[in-house]
This record gives sequence, structure tokens and C-alpha cells, in this order.
Amino acid sequence: MSEEEYILEATNIVKEFPGVHALKGVDLKVKNGEILGLVGENGAGKSTLMKCILGIHPVTSGEIKFDGTQLKKFSTSDALNMGISMIQQELSPIEHRPIMENIWIGREPKNKLGLVDHQKMYEKTKELLSRIGMDDDPKMLVRDLTVAKQQMVEIGKAISYDAKLIIMDEPTSALSGNEIAELFSIMRKLKEEGKSIIYISHKLDEIYEITDRVVILRDGEFIGSEEIDKITIDKMIEMMVGREVNELFPKIKCEICDVKLKVERLSSGKEFQDISFDVREGEILGVAGLVGSGRTALIETIFGMRKSTAGKVFIDGQEVKIKSPADAIANGMAFLTEDRRLNGIFPMLSVKLNIIVANMNNLVNKTGLLSNKLIGMKTLEYIKAIQIKTPSPEQLVMNLSGGNQQKVLVGRWLMTSPEILFLDEPTRGIDVGTKAEIHRLITELAGQGKSIVMVSSELPEILGMSDRVVVLCQGRLTGILENNDELSQEIVMKYATTKVS
Amino acid sequence: MNLKNSEKLDTFKQILSKYGIAFILVGMVVLMTILKPESFPTGKNILNILNQSAIVGVMALGMTLVIISKGIDLSVGSVLALAGTVAASLSQTSAASIKVFENLGPQPIAVAILAAVGVGALAGAISGGLIAFTGIPAFISTLGMFTVARGIVFLYTQGQPVSKLSEGMLFFGSNVFEVIPVPVIVYAIMILITAIILGYTRFGKSVYAIGGNINAAEVSGIKVKRNIVLIYIFAGVTAALASILFTGRVASIHPGAATGYELTVIAATTIGGTSHSGGIGTIWGAVVGTLILSVLTNGFTLLGIDPYWQQIVQGMIIVGAVVLDMRKNVKKS
Repeated sequence: MSEEEYILEATNIVKEFPGVHALKGVDLKVKNGEILGLVGENGAGKSTLMKCILGIHPVTSGEIKFDGTQLKKFSTSDALNMGISMIQQELSPIEHRPIMENIWIGREPKNKLGLVDHQKMYEKTKELLSRIGMDDDPKMLVRDLTVAKQQMVEIGKAISYDAKLIIMDEPTSALSGNEIAELFSIMRKLKEEGKSIIYISHKLDEIYEITDRVVILRDGEFIGSEEIDKITIDKMIEMMVGREVNELFPKIKCEICDVKLKVERLSSGKEFQDISFDVREGEILGVAGLVGSGRTALIETIFGMRKSTAGKVFIDGQEVKIKSPADAIANGMAFLTEDRRLNGIFPMLSVKLNIIVANMNNLVNKTGLLSNKLIGMKTLEYIKAIQIKTPSPEQLVMNLSGGNQQKVLVGRWLMTSPEILFLDEPTRGIDVGTKAEIHRLITELAGQGKSIVMVSSELPEILGMSDRVVVLCQGRLTGILENNDELSQEIVMKYATTKVS
Repeated sequence: MNLKNSEKLDTFKQILSKYGIAFILVGMVVLMTILKPESFPTGKNILNILNQSAIVGVMALGMTLVIISKGIDLSVGSVLALAGTVAASLSQTSAASIKVFENLGPQPIAVAILAAVGVGALAGAISGGLIAFTGIPAFISTLGMFTVARGIVFLYTQGQPVSKLSEGMLFFGSNVFEVIPVPVIVYAIMILITAIILGYTRFGKSVYAIGGNINAAEVSGIKVKRNIVLIYIFAGVTAALASILFTGRVASIHPGAATGYELTVIAATTIGGTSHSGGIGTIWGAVVGTLILSVLTNGFTLLGIDPYWQQIVQGMIIVGAVVLDMRKNVKKS
């Protein structure tokens, strides 16, 4: 059976989550000794597909055949033992333990007494590391390694399981040029040994350099599979984004007035450098870029959540020094976070408190105490205005749906009567209906003369909503584009993958 | 019909889970009334229970804010001793044979109280400042203060008790109108003040926000660091006020005073439903938690049960209360 041409054959994979059709019958085949590129926009289903193959998610229907064996109900450890390994985008090593313990965790070699045989573990690790060209001491702590080397350790771990198929999810996002070259040489070596690799990346130039074949996914569907030397980058992009922009974006042309916010040569450490742009009253400025381009860091810095290392920010022509979100709010800014759980909602607090938390200064009575009457009235007003579906203002936010949690956050910020709104992925993980509602709200706000800066990884949203688009690539500004009829997803994507050295 | 019943059951469950801890207190009171009808439900005994509750109770108010903010304060017992010895040293009469300040007469009680509050606030500011500005865990910061403050007490008193105190200090151990103990009045006032702070001020809401999601609090414009310092200052001040009640009642204070009180205070707060995962807790919970412990002590005494049993039961109540609380939260999510 090992003479089979394909190591992995996944056929007609369907995966449904409650309310979401994540994969709609996807095929994926990987040959022995092949490096396969897997591309698609965020949300195309790449990660879900990989999780199905790894046994993290059971498939709703479809067949997975690995190394000639049909896989039914299997767990992650089954997948590992059969020879499927994954190197995650976000590494999570046990930082304070040595390399060797990270590699052999849970299956440490034992001596006759049943205790861990450190000498044997050391030797096995040494041998393993030399196979991937690493000469570090196995006793070295993982936290003292560079991210690139930590990744090597993960690859070593995958090999130690005798993996036949290694999945790499955006492995180069934290690596420098030299480190990427090193990674590629190891990948080629693995390929020579007959191992197969699925390589997921947004960086199409890398896909070109390292893969043999590329598979394109879009909206949970299999779009195509091409030998890498028979497809152009433009064709690949077209296959990735080829989607109609529809009524989801009720953009109305608003009158655009004076410059409200001006950012001049702003930098924040390694995150992004030397970025200048402005936003006018009534304008929706889209910010596009791939994961790791620094788009979130950029608006977080303007809002005072991160320290800027250079540059200036002006509001209405006056320079402002914003050192904390409190300063930003005092200057009429609002910030709708990308990560609701991390720094958006207070899950265990009431809808009411979640809405008023950024507005408490305006809700006090003459004695300086909070006025429950005023709070109740205001909260109800916003619950009605943006149609938050909650049984009562006292309901805990964690009991609401994602879309309604997002509306609670929208309500929180609208109550501060901001003039500049930063929206980071305003519709991530939200159902289509609520999505359209939030888009309508954004347009209305622009119509009231507010300035809006909207970060989104969904190009249709960027093109459907913005007046102009700022494009970032790896922390640098690569273009400020007028959103006219000629602007297309392909053009934005091209700017987003252009490196500035 | 079925539906209605299950709805009724649901509301009943909701009430039970919301006020469960109060039912336990009521249950204990009813049980004691049945077992000791002649000695338990008397006005004198009730006031006695409240009086016994006041010292731990006042500190539990401060601890409630600390724990809601997802912190802990292990130093309140030591801070009580430090604030108490400072206040007592300023209130010693000339009758005292061992004096901290050889030639100092008794100062007005206001001076003594202000000094105690100042000491408590300072200790809290240091603990809170370390947490806010260095990022060390509250457990470590206040563990340091726990040890340091106790050390200062011994140094300050040279290991001797501070006694022979002024009338003003002894007032805090007396009764007004012959019946109502002063500590009960102080406790009641502090309950009111804390309830207002927690329920009706921006600071109070910020305490919930910080414990509920510290990142979101920062993004919402709350001055997180400043508020953390204020929370521990408040806890220090409650310990200082408790020290006045302690010193007034005992009519002296020895350097080992209030050892282990921090754990009783944390126990009372925890039994009262304040969650160590932050963002959840109420003042009435802290009061009920404190009263449960007091009724337990009182009941065991009246029933003549070996006081060692009390510790065992107390421990079981703490764990039981938290287990119930966790189940409640699991069901919701």
C-alpha cells in the first residue's frame, strides 16, 4: 500500500458548525514527497480543513484517506501516531523547559525503574536536531531560542513522530529573510526524504518559490488545483477573491469635508514604520493588508494602546499627544476592537454596565454619584437605536450572541459621541444579517460627518465601504488608493503583497 | 401546565442561586432558634453577634473591592496591627508603665484615628502601587506587606503590648444608650459608604470592569493603574478602622494582634459570593458572609460544642460556597 501515489486523499469534505457552513465539499490530495501550497482569503476554510485532517474537528461528511487507510473517527493523537503533524502559526512551546523536554513531552524515554532517562532523551534529541541542521544543546531552554529556532524545534518534534505529512500554517510570518531561506532548505531536505508538506501562506511569492502545486479555496469551496509553474500570481489572486460585491454594502456617497485626523510618519517599534495618512470628516478610510501587516497595531497606536516610537498625530490641525485610551477618548476617538474577548466585552457584567463603561463621566447627577435613572434611560435608548437583542439591560453580556455582543460595543462607543471612529474588523464572526446592519450604521455615521478608519481583512468589505483605501505590507505603507470604479480586489492584493525594503 | 411548573421551578432556582447564601444564613438562624430558643434569639445575643462581626466585617468590605478587581490582600491582619499600635501609642495615658513615646500624653482621639487611617492608606498605596506599576501579582505584593508590616509592629512596640489607653479610644469598645455597641454603628456606616462607592460611583463600576476584563477596561478609558492603587488604599483604610474597633474593645493592643485575620476576612468575602475570577461580588454578600461566620461561632458556643469543630465546619462552608458558586457559573455558560 505504501506505493500509493497520494499520501493524503480528502474527498468531498463538508464541515458545518452551528449556523456556519465552513467547508462545502472540498477535495484535497497530497502526493508523496510533494510540497503543496494552500491559499485562500481569511475565512476561506483553510484552517478548518487542516483541523479536520488533524482530527481536531470531526467532519460532517466526506472521506479522509491517509497512507492508503480510510480514516473514520480519529483524534489528534491518532493523527500524530499515523504520521500527520502540524506546525501552528502561533507556536506555544513550554518556554521554561529545555528543547529536549519540549520534543519528547508525554513520551519521554524511560529507564528500567520507570523514571525518565535524561541521558537517552539527550542523545535522541541531539541526533534529531542534527538531522535538521541544528547544533544547539538539547538542554537549552526554549525561551532562549529565536522564533525561527523554536519553529525548527517544532519541525524536529514532527519528525520525531516519524511524520509523513507535515502541515505548516504561515510558518514564515515571524521570520526574517535568512531564516526563511533556512526553513526552505529544511523543507527541501524533508521532501527529498519522501515526506509531504502542506504549506499555508498569504505570501504568494513564497508559495511560488517553495511549492510544487497550489490548491485554492474560497468561501469553503475548492476552486482549483494547479502545478505552480502553470499559474500566474494574477490568476491565483483572481481565483482567491473572485467574488461578487453585493448589497451587503449599502454605501452612500457622503459629503467629505475638511481633514479631521492627520497621521505623520508614525512608527511603533517593529510593528510598523513611517506611516502617514489623513482622514476627512464624513470619510470612510479603509485599511487593508494581510495578517502581520501592522494594520491593527497602527490604529491601536493612534488610540494610545501602544507606544509610538516616532511621528505625530494631528486633530483639526492641532498636534495631540495621546498616551492612553483615556486621552484618546477625551479627544473624541472611539475604538471598536477586533478581539471582543480580549479587550472588548466584560463577559460577566451586565449589558447595561458594558454599554456605559466608557461614558461614566456623563452619567452623574449633581452630587457626583452615578444616576441610575439616567443610566437606565440612556442604556434603553441605545439598546433600541441599534436593536440589541437582549431580554433586559441586566442580562450578562456572555449570554448574548456574537453579533449582539458586537452591537453592545458599538453602543458603548456611540454613547461617547465620538468624532473619529476606529473600527477593527467590525464584522468579524458576525452573521450576514447583522453584518449588513453594522455596515448601514457605519455609512450613517459617515453621513453625520464623522471620520471613520476601518481595518478589515475582507476585501469586499473594504471595497464596498471605503472612500479611500490605505494598504499596508509588513509594517510599511504601500499605497493610498482612491476607491473608484477601477479599484479592484486584485489591485489591493497586489499592493498588500508588495514588499518595501 | 407543565411549562408553567418548569418556569416556576426556573424562577425558584434563579432566586435560590442569587440569594442562596442568604438562605443559608436564615437557615442557621432558624436552626439556632429552635435549638436554643431561650438564649439565641434575644436582643442581647443578636447585638453580641453583630458586635463580634464588626471587625472582620469592616475589613471584608475592603476585601470585597479587592477580590472583585481580581486581586487579593493578604496584609490586612498585619496592617490592622500596625495601624492599631500606632493609634494606641498616641492614646496612652500617663498611667502606662511601658510607653512607646516616653513623654507624650494622650492625644485627641481624632489624631489617633487619622494616624491609623494614614498608616492603612500608606500600606495600601504601597501594595497597590507595586501591583499596578511593576505588574507583580497581588498575592506576592501583599504577602510582602503582610510580613513587613508585622515586622514594623514588633520594632515599633519593642514586642510589648500597648495599653492604658485614653477614654476616647475606649469609647470604641463601649455601648451607646447602654445597649448598642459602637462597633455595630461603625460597621453599619461603613456598609452604607461602601455600598454607595461600589454601586453609585465611577470608581465602583471601574472596580467591576477591571476585574471583569482588565484589557477592555483600559481600552474603555478607565485609568486602571490609578484605580488599582485606590482599591488597595481602601482595603488598607478598612483595616485601619477595624484596628480602632479592635483596640477599643480589647483596651490595649499587642504586637501579635489580629494574626490570621486576613484569612477569616477572605473567607467571609468568599462565602458571600465574591468571585476570585473577578468582576463578581456584592456588599450585601460580604455582610452575609461575615454574619454566617459569626452565627457559627456564636451557635457553637451556645451549644457547647468543642470550638475546634468550628474550624472544621468553617473550612467546609468556604469550600462548599465556592463549589456552589462555580456550578452556578458553569450552568450559565
